[in-house]
Amino acid sequence: MPAFLEVQNLVKSFGTNTVVKGVNFAFDKGEFISLLGPSGCGKTTILRMIAGFERPTSGAIRVDGEDITHLKPNQRKLGMVFQAYALFPNMTVGENIAFGLKIAGMPADQRRARVDEMLKLIGLPGFEKRYPYEMSGGQQQRVALARAIAPKPRLLLLDEPLSALDAKIRVSLREEIRAIQRDLGITTVFVTHDQEEAMSISDRIVVMNAGNIEQLGAAHDIYNRPETRFVATFVGQLNTLPTGVIPGISGERAIRPELISLAPRPETDLTLTGIIADLHFLGSVQRLRVDVGGTLINIDTFNNQTAPLHRGDTVTLHLAQKDLLILGA
Amino acid sequence: MSASNAKRRIPWDSLAVFPFVLFAVMFLFLPTLSLLGAAFTDRAGNFTFENIAGLFTDQIMAAYWISIRVSGASAILGALCGLAITLAIIRGKLPAGLRSAVMTFSGVASNFAGVPLAFAFIATLGRLGLATIVIRTLFGFDIYRQGGFNLFSFWGLTLTYLYFQIPLMMLTIAPAIDGLKKEWNEAAQTLGASTWQFWRYIGFPILWPSVLGTLSLLFANAFGAIATAWALTGSNLNIVTVLLYNQIRGDALQNPGLGAALAVGMILITSLANVIYLAVAARAERWMK
Amino acid sequence: MKSQKFWAWFVFALGAAYFIIPLAATFEFSLRMRRGEYSFDAYASVFSDPQFAASFTYSVLVGLFTIVVGILVVVPAVYFVRLRMPWLRPFMEFVTLLPLVIPALVLVYGYIRLYGSSSLIPFTGSVLGTDILLTCAYVTLAMPYMYRAVDNGMRTIDIGTLTEAAQIMGANQLQIIGKIILPNILVAILSGAFLTFAIVIGEFTIASLLNRPAFGPYLVGIGTNRAYEPAALAIISFIITWGAMGMINVLGRFAPRTSARTD
Repeated sequence: MPAFLEVQNLVKSFGTNTVVKGVNFAFDKGEFISLLGPSGCGKTTILRMIAGFERPTSGAIRVDGEDITHLKPNQRKLGMVFQAYALFPNMTVGENIAFGLKIAGMPADQRRARVDEMLKLIGLPGFEKRYPYEMSGGQQQRVALARAIAPKPRLLLLDEPLSALDAKIRVSLREEIRAIQRDLGITTVFVTHDQEEAMSISDRIVVMNAGNIEQLGAAHDIYNRPETRFVATFVGQLNTLPTGVIPGISGERAIRPELISLAPRPETDLTLTGIIADLHFLGSVQRLRVDVGGTLINIDTFNNQTAPLHRGDTVTLHLAQKDLLILGA
Repeated sequence: MSASNAKRRIPWDSLAVFPFVLFAVMFLFLPTLSLLGAAFTDRAGNFTFENIAGLFTDQIMAAYWISIRVSGASAILGALCGLAITLAIIRGKLPAGLRSAVMTFSGVASNFAGVPLAFAFIATLGRLGLATIVIRTLFGFDIYRQGGFNLFSFWGLTLTYLYFQIPLMMLTIAPAIDGLKKEWNEAAQTLGASTWQFWRYIGFPILWPSVLGTLSLLFANAFGAIATAWALTGSNLNIVTVLLYNQIRGDALQNPGLGAALAVGMILITSLANVIYLAVAARAERWMK
Repeated sequence: MKSQKFWAWFVFALGAAYFIIPLAATFEFSLRMRRGEYSFDAYASVFSDPQFAASFTYSVLVGLFTIVVGILVVVPAVYFVRLRMPWLRPFMEFVTLLPLVIPALVLVYGYIRLYGSSSLIPFTGSVLGTDILLTCAYVTLAMPYMYRAVDNGMRTIDIGTLTEAAQIMGANQLQIIGKIILPNILVAILSGAFLTFAIVIGEFTIASLLNRPAFGPYLVGIGTNRAYEPAALAIISFIITWGAMGMINVLGRFAPRTSARTD
């Protein structure tokens, strides 16, 4: 089966500054894809080129076999959700959702039915007469989502749709977005700088840095088998251990904080001794910073009710050689 | 409570606002009320509707009518041209430096009213004005004799008023245009809307209350103007400000009560323009915070 | 996209032509006093006219007094209303809207009726009184602009927090206004002042009806008697207005900025 969304050798330069440096990827119909990276890595520029707001310097974008590289944004049949909601303030919720349908020439009674259906889908039935300013940020963003998917677009583009929201709503809305996406089977490209967000909802993640793809894969692969030093450090927490920290191993190694424990496990085959320099109680998890011969190592352990730890305690760290990562370039 | 504790705190707050209130009363409220009173008083000091009734003569009605037409035409044309130019500058991808230059010029031009403006237009479009002569020599067309143009007429005055009306529109509407978010346009585009459809359903409806508010401001601005008209046409053009000016100078209507009624009529018309605006703005405010 | 840019330039060019041609034509006309060649004779004639100097000086003086009185009336009122009496704000907004709605001609008619020589407060009974009345009329006329400039300035610097901070450090009311508020809104006040100046300097209606020898009535007199001097005077007036507006622009660069700006 040919890819549904395909990007080939995509390059974008603004003057002498090249922000996207020859990007290739191909995804199947119905996939949820995240473009993840720090600000300025080119992820938003790629999304805006897919949407048609930026013209690629070179390269091609294909959706369902059709080359859309040179189409105008209003000919591409895509849905987009923006960071700042971007609901039309002069229209009610119902009018906002119906806008794309009206432009497409759908008759009024069918529009009304579709709006009702959409409002039910986003859990805001009966809100069609409200104006955007009368709603919370989370509600507005759900309406923006409904507006984007009401005309049944080929592709849904989400440009950091959660970053303007409170932490709690951010988590619940991202789960909702994922559920709706799965329901409708709509191919979705999600841009974010938040690695937790990307890992929690994506089928596959494109990790980007400085205009290039660093790694492309499922969340599990990216977290457990980072291919580059950038991916290893950008995605999740990581301890880097210089030569000499682990006896008998020369060269730098890295390890995730949760793979170090204070008690031996069946697979652990290495031990280190250190002093607790700092500890943060985070509820279910306790984060320790242990000084091992001058190197500070972060450790996440589960909360132990019976034997509380204190600063200055000497502890033994257990880790497995197979969990050690060798960071590439 | 002992007497020594009763030393009152100086009421700074009220004292600070007092001059402002005094000014409002002495130089805005009382003069207006006094004219209102005079409009309904006869020479003997009795209440009367005769002054108001006296307004309904051909001369006075014609004066009001020309004033309303000049103000309406210069406000509407000024608003349209000002909107077009501001849109071109802000949304038309013109060089960034152009904007601040144009806005500074607008600040100057919107204040370049009154007598000097009349002089400038006489030098340009008067019978001996540069533009008049250039058009005659280049195209062999006399805008006065063949074009039926006259600077000292309705269209001449409207064209002149546009010189401060357009910049005033530009200055007041620019912030509203800046308030149109880029994302609204992009969202409309992804939903299939053309540029025209964006303006038809989103851009203009959002700008509309601001446009209308400025329109009422422009109307009042032109309606009360006299210096330009006076320097341009002397007492040739029978607009209501010139009529009132002559009345104040030398009791041209030979009836002080009638003069007051004329003034009250002017306030009524400019207030009406504002009330219409407020009514429409209130309707639009359903979607504004 | 190409055509959009074309139309933008087209509209801009039309507008520019409308605004520049009268200025160019007036300037050209002002140079034509001497037959057969361009000269600055019209300007020389204007500057050598003692009436020009007298009326211009008079208007500048009235303008300065207007600015001072305007500041004294508006600044304390805006400050205390913002700080302590927010319920008065709608009243202030209404009052400062009135001069834009009621024509100046109507207001001056009211003044002449109210403050005539036989009234309770006979402003027009003496020259000094008339000058004071003229100044007050101009303060009223410029009030909307002065109010908005000062109000914007105070909103930008968040006077509430500044005042509380100063009070905690032990400053009294006068020190707060003089040493903290005024320096911070100086740019806003000066902007209002230059705008006031631009409005007052060539004002015709009120000055002429109060029979004061101001620059505006002088201009009208020249307009009816001379041919080339009016054009020269129009150019001079334009330069003065440009100067006042240019000062506002330059001052804007020194305006205090805070991150708390929400507009």
